[in-house]
Amino acid sequence: MSKNGEEEKREVIIDAKDMGYRELNEKIHEVIDKNPKLKKIILKNVLGQRFIGNGIEKEDLTIEIYGVPGGDLGMFMSGPTIIVYGNTDHAPGNTMDDGTIIIHGNGGDVTGHSMRGGRIFVRDNVGYRSGIHMKEYMDKFPVLVIGGTAKDFLGEYMAGGLILVLNIDSEGDDLGKIKGKMIGTGIHGGTIYIRGEIDNSQLGVAADIKEFTEEDRKKIKIYIEKFCSIFNLGDEVKKKLIESQYTKIAPISKRPFGRLYTQDLR
Amino acid sequence: MIPSTVPPKYKVEINSNRCMLCERCVRECSWGVYRRDRNKIVTYSNRCGACQRCVAMCPRDAITIEKNLTCWRDHPLWTREVREDIINQSRTGCILLSGMGNAKELPTYFDNIVLDACQVTNPSIDPLREPMELRTYIGKKPKKLEFEYIEEEIDGKKIKKAKLKTNIAPNIKLETPIMIAHMSYGALSLNSHLAMAKAAKECGTFMGTGEGGLHRDLYPYANHIITQIASGRFGVNEDYLMKGAAIEIKIGQGSKPGIGGHLPGEKVSAEVSMTRMIPEGSDAISPAPHHDIYSIEDLAQLVRSLKEATRWKMPVFVKIAAVHNVAAIANGIATSDADAVVIDGFKGGTGAAPKVFRDNVGIPIELAIAAVDQRLREEGVRNEVSIIASGGIRNSADVFKSIALGADAVYIGTAVMVALGCRVCGRCYTGQCAWGIATQKPELVNRLDVEEGANRVANLIKAWTLEIKELLGAAGINSIESLRGNRDRLRGIGLNNVELEALGIKHAGF
Repeated sequence: MSKNGEEEKREVIIDAKDMGYRELNEKIHEVIDKNPKLKKIILKNVLGQRFIGNGIEKEDLTIEIYGVPGGDLGMFMSGPTIIVYGNTDHAPGNTMDDGTIIIHGNGGDVTGHSMRGGRIFVRDNVGYRSGIHMKEYMDKFPVLVIGGTAKDFLGEYMAGGLILVLNIDSEGDDLGKIKGKMIGTGIHGGTIYIRGEIDNSQLGVAADIKEFTEEDRKKIKIYIEKFCSIFNLGDEVKKKLIESQYTKIAPISKRPFGRLYTQDLR
Repeated sequence: MIPSTVPPKYKVEINSNRCMLCERCVRECSWGVYRRDRNKIVTYSNRCGACQRCVAMCPRDAITIEKNLTCWRDHPLWTREVREDIINQSRTGCILLSGMGNAKELPTYFDNIVLDACQVTNPSIDPLREPMELRTYIGKKPKKLEFEYIEEEIDGKKIKKAKLKTNIAPNIKLETPIMIAHMSYGALSLNSHLAMAKAAKECGTFMGTGEGGLHRDLYPYANHIITQIASGRFGVNEDYLMKGAAIEIKIGQGSKPGIGGHLPGEKVSAEVSMTRMIPEGSDAISPAPHHDIYSIEDLAQLVRSLKEATRWKMPVFVKIAAVHNVAAIANGIATSDADAVVIDGFKGGTGAAPKVFRDNVGIPIELAIAAVDQRLREEGVRNEVSIIASGGIRNSADVFKSIALGADAVYIGTAVMVALGCRVCGRCYTGQCAWGIATQKPELVNRLDVEEGANRVANLIKAWTLEIKELLGAAGINSIESLRGNRDRLRGIGLNNVELEALGIKHAGF
């Protein structure tokens, strides 16, 4: 029991029907403030409300979203797990600090924009410029796992972390050759793994195809296993994904634009 | 081989009668101009950028730096600078990188504007004896105030009491309309940042972090700090957003509108890496646009996202470079829940910018302030949103004129650096600053004494504040609010009709 006699809740359901984003998000903050032991918030009838989970700093909290949340889902978020049963609009996980976003559907454009830490798992596809400018620092290591495919400019300006594209549909069947272009334009840190073959012509400036080693396989295995368990994919699919050939894309140099300038010293 | 050596720009000479061979110059010059050779100091003039560190430190005044008079054949079109740039670029095939603000002799409208003063018909005010209100609130103001009246019984009498119903958005309170501009930690040293933060606190004003994050040593001054979000999102997390007094979204910079920034890997030291939250030694690249902002609606979304992340407790500013359509863009910003529009003019400073941008892109701040103020008035939103002007503001008169043209407050950057010792040598991007300002090298950073630096910056802001009070008093005004947008107190000199119309002022004599 809390001070004012109300029972402290571990799970709260909010019906977002006809609610504006400010009202909904303030409600989420209030619920969290009132119930320190809260473990789960369930949002029903979500329809385009932006900024859900924005700036929330709390470990051990799950926010389940039924419907389609608006842009900037979980922006600046640090800690919680957001599970979306539906698609998301643009920039889910924007500048996210820590925590997990799971999308049972598609992610919009710039999924994982400037992500600094945490994990995003997208069951289906993502839009243009996903994983742009992700960056890592010490133990902060952002990971973006995409079940299907990504539109062009995946991992643009990437400065750290890991992007994994599995190239399967929701049943686990192969989607065929990746069509994305300008992959890793301006990349100067981090790694992109794409299941299947990528041609050099699909890469952007500063990106390079490196040898995919057993060490790399070990690195991505944990994320594949996690992906399969989240989206209920059987052992057969999991085995296929782990044993597949991946294209590893990494920066040519840590300083792609180092030779762009001459000093005007005189 | 085509020789590409050109004559040094400066000539460094040591008067051997005065020199006592103490080698101070050898130690002080971070550019390697000096070397001791037996009983002589040898100079390499080609390395000199006239930053005057050696001159300031020589105990015997033995050093003279002059312009090298070795002449190039005069030509009005093919100037020495033009020829030197071609030689450099044809040798390297690279973009010319430069520092400081626009170095072209383009008009400075401030210098063609004069101020008014009272004579006879309305008395001037002496600010030394009478109160002069410079306090400025930056942030969203309500369109109108609504009250509800509650009847209360006090001592048996029923009294109607008014209670404010309108929700007042958070504002920041400035004791003087002068703030310290956003210059990032990384471009600048920690000691300069500390000195500026201390000065901001002492003067009751604010400093900007730039986009390099907030070093933990600056946390004690966080109430006087405006944090910045730029396209690189360096050092940005919830803590950073909540720490400062306001948040500024940087879209563009006056010295390089339309492009991002590259902090070279060699400037990303361990401390810079920690503050920016990127690996040591890697380039810190800020993309040209924010990739979650491709339209004015997207900008509104980022503004609201920051508002949501701070639960609408933090004012959010949007900084743009002064470009052709600045008024329309500012209007878009004003209608986006942003609290202030920051306009940075084309003479704004920078640590590093491609020369072609520094010298050619953007418009003068004076015209931009006037255009934005005018447009926001026409749209009926000027009273709701603040305007902050920056870019080439050199003295209290420039501050005064900016406010009379329509700004609420100004940011000053280069002036603050000059107060810290900078001699405007324009080589900030090399990381070799001999004054310890634009460098990360510990032995150079240590040259800048934080306390003394803070004192100098505070002195400068206080001196300008006093001058503004005097100017206000002379104009018969006792509050900065009465000066804001009061263009009737300005007159142009030597300006044509188009310029006068753009500035919204009359010519002297009318």
